[in-house]
Amino acid sequence: MSTKTTTRIVGAPVPRKEGIDKLLGVARYIDDIVREGMWYGATVRSTIPRGFIRSIGFDRNIDWSEFIVVTAADITGENRIQLIVDDQPCLADGQVNHCDEAILLLVHPDKHKLRQAVDAVRIEYDPLPPIFTIEESERRDQVVWGSDNLLKDFSLEKGNVDSVWQSAAYIVEGEYRTGAQEHLYIENNGIIAEWSAEKGVTVWGSLQCPYYVHKTLVKIFDLPAEKVRVVQTETGGAFGGKEDYPSTLASHAALLAMKSGHPVKMVYDRMEDLAATTKRHPSRTRHRTALDSDGKLLAMDIDIATDGGAYATLSATVLSRATLHAPGPYSCPHVRIRARSWATNTVPYGAFRGFGAPQTIFAVERHMDEIATAVGIDPVDLRKRNFLHQGDTTATQQLMREPVIMDQLLDRVLEESDYNARRARFARENPSSQVKRGIGIACFYHGSGFTGSGERILNSLAGVDVMPEGKVRVLVSNTEFGQGTNTVLTQIAAEAIGIGYDDVVMAPADTGLVPNSGPTVASRTVMVVGRLIERAGKQLVAMLRDQAGLGTNFTREQFFAACDRLRSAQGKVVSLVRYEAPPGIFWDDQKYQGEAYPSYAWSIHMAQVAVDMVTFSAEVEEFWAVQEVGRVLNPVLATGQIEGGIAQGIGYALYEKVLLQNGHMANNQMTNYIIPTAEDVPPIHVYFEEIPFQYGGYGAKGIGELPHDGPAPAIVNAIKDATGVSFHSIPLLPEDLFAEFAACQAHEEPASL
Amino acid sequence: MNTPWPTIRFTVNGKDCAVEVPPMKRLIDVLREDLQLTGTKEGCGEGECGSCSVRLNGELVNSCLVPLLQVEGADVQTVEGLASKGTLHPLQQAFLDCGGAQCGICTPGMLMAAAQLIENNLHPSMAEIREGLAGNLCRCTGFIRIFESVIAGASQTIDSSAKKAHNAR
Repeated sequence: MSTKTTTRIVGAPVPRKEGIDKLLGVARYIDDIVREGMWYGATVRSTIPRGFIRSIGFDRNIDWSEFIVVTAADITGENRIQLIVDDQPCLADGQVNHCDEAILLLVHPDKHKLRQAVDAVRIEYDPLPPIFTIEESERRDQVVWGSDNLLKDFSLEKGNVDSVWQSAAYIVEGEYRTGAQEHLYIENNGIIAEWSAEKGVTVWGSLQCPYYVHKTLVKIFDLPAEKVRVVQTETGGAFGGKEDYPSTLASHAALLAMKSGHPVKMVYDRMEDLAATTKRHPSRTRHRTALDSDGKLLAMDIDIATDGGAYATLSATVLSRATLHAPGPYSCPHVRIRARSWATNTVPYGAFRGFGAPQTIFAVERHMDEIATAVGIDPVDLRKRNFLHQGDTTATQQLMREPVIMDQLLDRVLEESDYNARRARFARENPSSQVKRGIGIACFYHGSGFTGSGERILNSLAGVDVMPEGKVRVLVSNTEFGQGTNTVLTQIAAEAIGIGYDDVVMAPADTGLVPNSGPTVASRTVMVVGRLIERAGKQLVAMLRDQAGLGTNFTREQFFAACDRLRSAQGKVVSLVRYEAPPGIFWDDQKYQGEAYPSYAWSIHMAQVAVDMVTFSAEVEEFWAVQEVGRVLNPVLATGQIEGGIAQGIGYALYEKVLLQNGHMANNQMTNYIIPTAEDVPPIHVYFEEIPFQYGGYGAKGIGELPHDGPAPAIVNAIKDATGVSFHSIPLLPEDLFAEFAACQAHEEPASL
Repeated sequence: MNTPWPTIRFTVNGKDCAVEVPPMKRLIDVLREDLQLTGTKEGCGEGECGSCSVRLNGELVNSCLVPLLQVEGADVQTVEGLASKGTLHPLQQAFLDCGGAQCGICTPGMLMAAAQLIENNLHPSMAEIREGLAGNLCRCTGFIRIFESVIAGASQTIDSSAKKAHNAR
């Protein structure tokens, strides 16, 4: 067990591995790269949400002999993006199911000629009636996917929920909705592809999961695995938005490369990226909750519905995480959850930091405040009475074996935020003020790693090798896109081996070079892959002791000399290890029972919000976040993750609204899709409590997604505290606040005749 | 090669440049395509995100909104001009120390905005920092590490100019 030892490099705020390149402006993102003889690709997209393609025509004002055109007919393998369900075409073939679906591709040596050419392709359709909402899909107004529009459903039950209603002191019901959210990574999606008969397909690009892209390209081109190579380039933000979409874009660029015989670059502009790529799933969650007279939870009946868009993509796994986070960090003897994801004629919704959890945590944490009002106790007290503790079981009957310190986190956040004094002050000041202030809380966990049996199925392989020039390389397919993968994994390797941070580098994320250590998603990299690197580093040292005469204590020079001896004898110095599940893990995929996640990170957020009752703007004035994420391996990076996630969560609650018009994103510009700026983010106070997790890399749990889960409910609870008005949906822009306040006022003060 | 375009002359990071391109070509494209200075990034193409921020005659501009004809005779500074002789600019060092860069795509523009801010004001208040960076979007950091970086960068600048003044004496 590594968690009790003192460490030299793990836990230290070492500088970001690739930081200097980024600061000098020399880090190479995909649009900074030019290949010899490179041409430029563009996409012709559907302008209707659903229908048959009747004809494709080309305006005569363009000299089409300069262009190469690719359609579905050019695909030599399967016209399918490989994910969970095999339903999404790479290029529409005869039918479109959402606006901005790719139909046809163009390539030309001069990128400035593409826009006019895209506009000169005339596609005629026989439209079919579209559906755009969860309710239309549930009613089967039109069947747009499969036999019933249902992309996926889960149900689970603990105890017997229906046995409780009659004896309950309180029954509280509520419905909560969340909107779509755009990742708005500042670097748009982009890929460069090359094709040759001899080498097959090679792509470079801005992406999270090289082996996901690899899997799709193998099928699209019907090639053996070794003839497809995927290389991640420096990636300017992702947040889940570059988890599955790059498989589509890489296929497009590679098809154009094959047909044109040139390297092809495709980099979206902002409008195309916003209109055509994935967003966070909109959701509707209904709660019916029974409590005893002391405000103890007796039963939770939860119904979840998400809008999955036109194809299945990742909706099943997003729904799974939504389900498993829906009951919140509370102990409840009877829980029933029914979850469904519905198809509509919009761009498929996809992975976004939190992956379903922010949606259902918004619902349960808003609902807890509604319950507190119904029971007549403070929202903080209600939560404290119901927290999960070590030894309790969750809704999936998972026994909490590890410490659960929600009470300790609560004490800390109350103290740091001076909660009681602030509430008293606002109660005093609000009646005479145009600006109403309130403070709101959200308590939550986030499961680290793949759900249920996911990590065993992934069966990740990772390791380290040693280069003749005296550098250890970390061999993983996990990628850096700002979160700190490079830094933390090299810290772990250096620590495990006993050499310096500068002696370790990352191998390029190139499927021709690195093993498949799984995707860079699900807050799994540091906990799961970090553990593999820790084991691989220790295994390397043991190997050098056994086979190359390395002593018990060694200097850097002695270490690399031993590596040289081993290399002379064996040709290479490499140490690989495979995933091993923590013992005692059981998961039943049918009943949704068992160990949903190997570990959980725990957190409480507190938000102070000011609502101006004249302008109807809500502003977050101060924010506190306490969390237990296992061991913190790099405090500067970890703090940055928490702060960045909170800023995105503030946007989710108060600024970011995806407006669809006939299924097309109408505000697909940074001008009118608004994210928090430097002037909108409040002071954020971040505190860590550390309880090392013995099966995580040097004691770490997942951290990346956790901070996005709490801000929205904390903020909307604060708005209720400030104004007395309960909001049940986000986002809440001034017009949304105005509408609800006006409705409440009309309700309270009926107009006189 | 002869082009139909007039020669436009300006300096970039102190070096003389002359290009023959359409005069309405955007400064960002000239920097990235004609001068191979790819440190300046495009995030939106409409002057909203600030990733393409450069300094033009000492003013902070979005280079995606500047046609090259406006740059005739001007002095342009990009992120590539911040470090000198292998030494990071105090702001670059501070961003490294304080975690001010995550994915790094907004960083060049953010550094230029920060440089503009502290060149005019070595003791910026938090409100002035927020205002100075308000035109530059970052989606990773939540800005807090960036604010700390700017404060640290400004104080390092004060330290190093104090040292220079001391040495000059």
